[in-house]
Amino acid sequence: MIFDLHGFGPALMAGTLMTIKLALSALCLGLVLGLLGALAKTSPHKPLQWLGGTYSTLVRGIPELLWVLLIYFGTVNLMRSIGEAIGMESLELSAFAAGTIALGLCFGSYATEVFRGAILAIPRGHREAGQALGLSKGRTFWRIILPQMWRIALPGLGNLFMILMKDTALVSVIGLEELMRRSQIAVTSSKEPFTFFLVAAFIYLGLTVVAMTALYFIERRASRGFVRSA
Amino acid sequence: MDWNVIIKYLPRLFDGAILTLELVAFAVIAGLILALPMGIARASRHWYVRALPYGYIFFFRGTPLLVQLFLVYYGAAQFDVVRQGPLWPYLRDPYWCAVLTMTLHTAAYIAEILRGAIQAVPPGEVEAARALGMSRAQAMLHIILPRAARIGLPAYSNEVILMLKASALASTITLLELTGMARTIIARTYLPVEIFFAAGLFYLAIAFVLVKGFKLLELWLRVDATQGR
Repeated sequence: MIFDLHGFGPALMAGTLMTIKLALSALCLGLVLGLLGALAKTSPHKPLQWLGGTYSTLVRGIPELLWVLLIYFGTVNLMRSIGEAIGMESLELSAFAAGTIALGLCFGSYATEVFRGAILAIPRGHREAGQALGLSKGRTFWRIILPQMWRIALPGLGNLFMILMKDTALVSVIGLEELMRRSQIAVTSSKEPFTFFLVAAFIYLGLTVVAMTALYFIERRASRGFVRSA
Repeated sequence: MDWNVIIKYLPRLFDGAILTLELVAFAVIAGLILALPMGIARASRHWYVRALPYGYIFFFRGTPLLVQLFLVYYGAAQFDVVRQGPLWPYLRDPYWCAVLTMTLHTAAYIAEILRGAIQAVPPGEVEAARALGMSRAQAMLHIILPRAARIGLPAYSNEVILMLKASALASTITLLELTGMARTIIARTYLPVEIFFAAGLFYLAIAFVLVKGFKLLELWLRVDATQGR
């Protein structure tokens, strides 16, 4: 039976689920970081601009794999000293947490540019109108800029999410049992590398198609009211 | 931060950086050659010409590079035909596997860049070429491609930077490029922060030089002069 895969079918499904979980949690972290980065980059304060610029340049210039390794292996000492300080000796970063942070960091650095472009695309008059109505700066952003930004940022964020989903495979390197790692385990005992990696490839392809479809509908909803009927 | 360790292992990281550059240069140049016919086919008016490269591009852009790398490096060994074939000495070597996979991977992305660039050539210029009596092939060679090269160059430079970062994956099939070298050194020194930091600086420096290099190339090809007309 082709779906049986020497009994590794359920394991691969569990791996796929882990891949999805990882992608979604990294997405959440990345969106927050991207928004903060874009706000810093468009702020009138020089130090904040510098901070946002450094973040997006530095993180985008270094391979994702290096971030995954750096955050997983590089924080062992740090976590240990924090653990000793708060009385939890065995504190350490799990592979899932390290993967989420690393991928979220990378997603955020690219999202910074996407959000920045979207913020700049909102006419200045909207911000001024908000302030003229007596809204505070934070409220203007939350109530007037942000709701309009999403529509503009969505296509860019969609592309980034596709990249993020494929980058989750990198976290297999630090041993998280997601799709790629599960496939490797299956290969070790079945000795059929081509079969299992091809199955993994098609599962990733399927995930991409699902994400693309979902994005199409989200984009359609976001741009309702902007599309003119012919 | 133990700076002495970084300085001590700098030469070895430098060796790794050379291999990284080799892999990237190989992949983006061979990928461009491979992408050229695919990009042209993707911009075709006939659906059956478009279909084949579309399938290729869909597969290579929709799956992680790591999976593709493992498919070639580990997967090829599953078939006796391949193992007894004449290409086995190459497919057994992680270096050639990395070069092959990265080339196939980046070719898919470059083909899409080319398609976009070819379709962005103003139709008036193509019509002008045809009106002057050029054949379709001549118009493609003398008008469309030189024009598309300038339109697609910024996107191509992005792709080169992305491949520079993707080359780190070659370390997973035992190649000692920059990341692989860093991991080997860490296995000996147990100093992940210092060594990964140094490797990161190498990547940043290479990316910086590449960006500047492409800026010069854009200046030399007078990309800005062809824009906005």
